[in-house]
Amino acid sequence: MSGWMLIDVALFAILLCSGIAIAKIRQLFAVAMLSGIFSLTSACIFVMQDAVDVAFTEAAVGAGMTTVLLLGALALTRTREKLTPTARSVPALLVALTTGALLVHASGDLPAFGIEDSPVQTHPVTERYLVSSVEEIGVPNVVTSVLASYRGYDTFGEVVVIFTAAVAVLMLLGQRAPREVRERAAPMRDRQRVLRVIAKLLIPFILLFGLYVQFHGDYGPGGGFQAGVIFAAGVVLYALVFGLDAARAAVPMRALRPLLAAGVLLYGGVGVATLLLGGAFLDYDLLAAEDPVAGQHLGILLVELGVGITVTSAMIMLFYGFAGRGIGRGVGRS
Amino acid sequence: MSLLSYYNYWIAIVLMMVGLYVVMSHANLVKKMIGLNVFQVAVFMLFISLGKVRGGTAPILDPAFTTYSHPLPHVLILTAIVVGVATTALGLALAVRIHEAYGTTEEQDALKRDDAESGAR
Repeated sequence: MSGWMLIDVALFAILLCSGIAIAKIRQLFAVAMLSGIFSLTSACIFVMQDAVDVAFTEAAVGAGMTTVLLLGALALTRTREKLTPTARSVPALLVALTTGALLVHASGDLPAFGIEDSPVQTHPVTERYLVSSVEEIGVPNVVTSVLASYRGYDTFGEVVVIFTAAVAVLMLLGQRAPREVRERAAPMRDRQRVLRVIAKLLIPFILLFGLYVQFHGDYGPGGGFQAGVIFAAGVVLYALVFGLDAARAAVPMRALRPLLAAGVLLYGGVGVATLLLGGAFLDYDLLAAEDPVAGQHLGILLVELGVGITVTSAMIMLFYGFAGRGIGRGVGRS
Repeated sequence: MSLLSYYNYWIAIVLMMVGLYVVMSHANLVKKMIGLNVFQVAVFMLFISLGKVRGGTAPILDPAFTTYSHPLPHVLILTAIVVGVATTALGLALAVRIHEAYGTTEEQDALKRDDAESGAR
């Protein structure tokens, strides 16, 4: 037990140090990299607390996608922030300290960490998810069955939010940039031979791993959200090493735009199909005649596929939006 | 005992406040987004630690185990992470457009320019 404790303390120490460094350092490139470290460390803590699916997502999204997007945004703006005046930092510090003290005081009312009879664990829904889901859904990974079946409405909402955010970013950054912005960006030099060879070897496996995560999500950690980000990471790596134009030629924008909508439509379509079969929205039991568990399997597969398609195209479009802003539309085919 | 059973929450709260401080005090919009991210991850940690059971394992059912951590916080946070990156990208896109329009990502500089323009009119 003490070994685990030691790992826990070390991870928390790294997390706190990088958090404070993020607040102190004014060079934003360094801050972006630190936020990647921060996310990766928090992913390790999620593994320690049994949340393997969450850790997976945080590692792929926080350490991967967010860092790339931050760097993309920094390339288009200033990389050094101005000194924060004391007149601003002191009141903020006071407010943060007071709020923190109040929250620490209030946390005394929370159940102690990890006890078995906390309200979370004794609620009837826990039994339903961890015991009945075997007969009702028949999927070993409870996170997947809760995500795609029990709380399918929520997940549908989240997918729509991702869709909307991607559309909004496209509206903000997809237009032709002003001339002075366009001319500032230097073209990508593709001299790094080692990088190109390694990337060429890695990318097929990244894509294959993405497919594995997508379709193995019922039995192990994974699912549409993680798979989408991993798949997009493969394309982002390709764009970083071979240049944005090559990536845009391989995965063109005109394919991504319909795919972004297709994922949401597939998810919603499953819901409408169950409605037409006489059930409730997203009630997968009716998808297979006479066998509710087979229906659940089919429903979860389709819904996760919809999530995967939307997340993949959203992530690639977000990256194109930031990376293509400096270059402008005339150079790359979009 | 009481210190050991609550330190998880306290660390999450400290990180939350670091994020809040960055959002409130720093004027740079990109830095504000990073601060918001720190705040967000801290909230995720608080949520996940509420689902953990001592001696439990990841909620992937297997006959060899009987105690599992609660899957619901995992589901909520998993989707929140991906939504988080999409909304972060939206915030960053706005910062980029503000930089193009004002030539700065510092909040007070942009406001000063606004004031100067309205004063001239």
